[in-house]
Amino acid sequence: MGRTIVPIGPYHPLQEEPEFFTLTVEGETVVDIDVQLGYNHRGIEKLSESKSFDQTTFLVERICGICSTSHPFACTRAVEDIIPVEVPERAKYIRTIIAEGERIHSHLLWLGLAGHFLGYNTVYMWAWKLREEILDVMEILSGNRNNYAMFKPGGVRRDIKTEDITGVIEKIDSIVPTLEMLKKAVIDDPVLHARTKGIGILSKEEAINFSALGPTARASGVARDVRKDSPYGAYDKIGWKMIVTQNGDVFDKAVVRILETFESIKIIKYCLLNLPAGEIDLKLKNIPAGEGIGHIEAPRGETFHYIRSDGTNRPVRHKVRAPTFMNLPTYKATVVGETISDATIILAAIDPCYCCTERMAVRTTKGKKLYNGEELVKLSQAKTEKLRKKMGY
Amino acid sequence: MTREEVLNDIKERFAEEIIEVLDKSARRVYIEIKPSAITKVAGYIFGDLKARFNIASGIDARYHMEILYHFTIEDINLLISLRVKLPKPKLEIDSLAPLFEAANWIEREMYELLGIHFRGHPDLRRLLLPEAWPEGVHPLRGDYKEWDKSAIRDRGV
Repeated sequence: MGRTIVPIGPYHPLQEEPEFFTLTVEGETVVDIDVQLGYNHRGIEKLSESKSFDQTTFLVERICGICSTSHPFACTRAVEDIIPVEVPERAKYIRTIIAEGERIHSHLLWLGLAGHFLGYNTVYMWAWKLREEILDVMEILSGNRNNYAMFKPGGVRRDIKTEDITGVIEKIDSIVPTLEMLKKAVIDDPVLHARTKGIGILSKEEAINFSALGPTARASGVARDVRKDSPYGAYDKIGWKMIVTQNGDVFDKAVVRILETFESIKIIKYCLLNLPAGEIDLKLKNIPAGEGIGHIEAPRGETFHYIRSDGTNRPVRHKVRAPTFMNLPTYKATVVGETISDATIILAAIDPCYCCTERMAVRTTKGKKLYNGEELVKLSQAKTEKLRKKMGY
Repeated sequence: MTREEVLNDIKERFAEEIIEVLDKSARRVYIEIKPSAITKVAGYIFGDLKARFNIASGIDARYHMEILYHFTIEDINLLISLRVKLPKPKLEIDSLAPLFEAANWIEREMYELLGIHFRGHPDLRRLLLPEAWPEGVHPLRGDYKEWDKSAIRDRGV
């Protein structure tokens, strides 16, 4: 059978990390995949070498719009690791609250988009409506709906006001019933099962071989979470469960994220209710020469920062590794052998930047255009519709 | 194995290859090894000690090029950074990508940004820089000079 090249991408203004996929398909089956990156390579590592340690925190906050806390968190921990020093208890709790709030809104954003790609626009609307509540909470706590600017080496920049806490907890509690309903709707839906179970499987061996991270790895039975394995912030003081599932398919990746959202709510509430009194900042003055590593669990997996200092107020080297860098190559193991109508959701299942899925175009070898991104989403939604009719729902 | 047992095991097994061990803190160890031993040591840490490959970071340290390979052994909560120093100007080291897929992309990145050649890499292409970027210009090197990028910037406009 003749092979067809399917280019996906390269650019979407919504996303911070545009990618260009080349799928090779035989009929409807994907037989090869290649990825090209760098369309939005901003040279942040180089730029960081010209900033002071206080400024790098703000610079790395601009790497990602969705998980804007994970980079400053890892960066400040890397700077603190140079000395090394531990931040005050109260700062640890505040950091944990902000990081978990971000995890909730990031997972809800993913859930909504995944629903949209599968033709479940109701899930999309519900999830994003709930996300809105969390963004409001973040605004109360930090003053911003995103890019919270709460972190600095040695502590946090803003304290949480005691009078805000009750209102915030009420607001978080208010989303729980709807989230429960959404969980049931997604986990018990037979059409969704038919559409996502056994699709895009990442085996445990492959997950280890690719060093996959976060929910992508945990859905494949790799019980790894930086929050548990190398506790930072207040995570070692709180009782919470690491969510691990075994199948590694799209369904399991969704389940991990949904259940993690509940754990995050638990963590935030515990932290708010048990916020210790005291300083929030160490007021670090000089960073000595040396090197430090900071790694934290972002919504998509481990974010890793390496910083080397020569004793001045600027890093001489600042290495940033976002989780998608390790998760993206797993496409090679998950997409090959699947059909083109499932590629959309498999590509979305590791929670990458969505630009790829939004800007699909299918071409024949002669260069004649067959589908664009919208049509591919329609293709995916039509498959769900067909299944739904067949199963009598 | 405990943290001490793991470290002693590595020290004994690779006594010939290890140049220096810096036991920085409870969670961090830096081990400098000879560049020729990288596949042996990294393969042992990843394969036998069941470590996870975090990432590698290349650093231009003026007289030599340094690469740090970061591994985490989660069971003992230890981050091991293998340090190799490559003398300039011949920047070559064996690739880890044949051992584990996780090293594939980062070696491509170091290849283009720092100009390090990885022997035996299955697919040593550029990862981030555009095709129009000139050969032999490596933006993360210390001696990198700005050049006229208008040809790249204005293409297709």
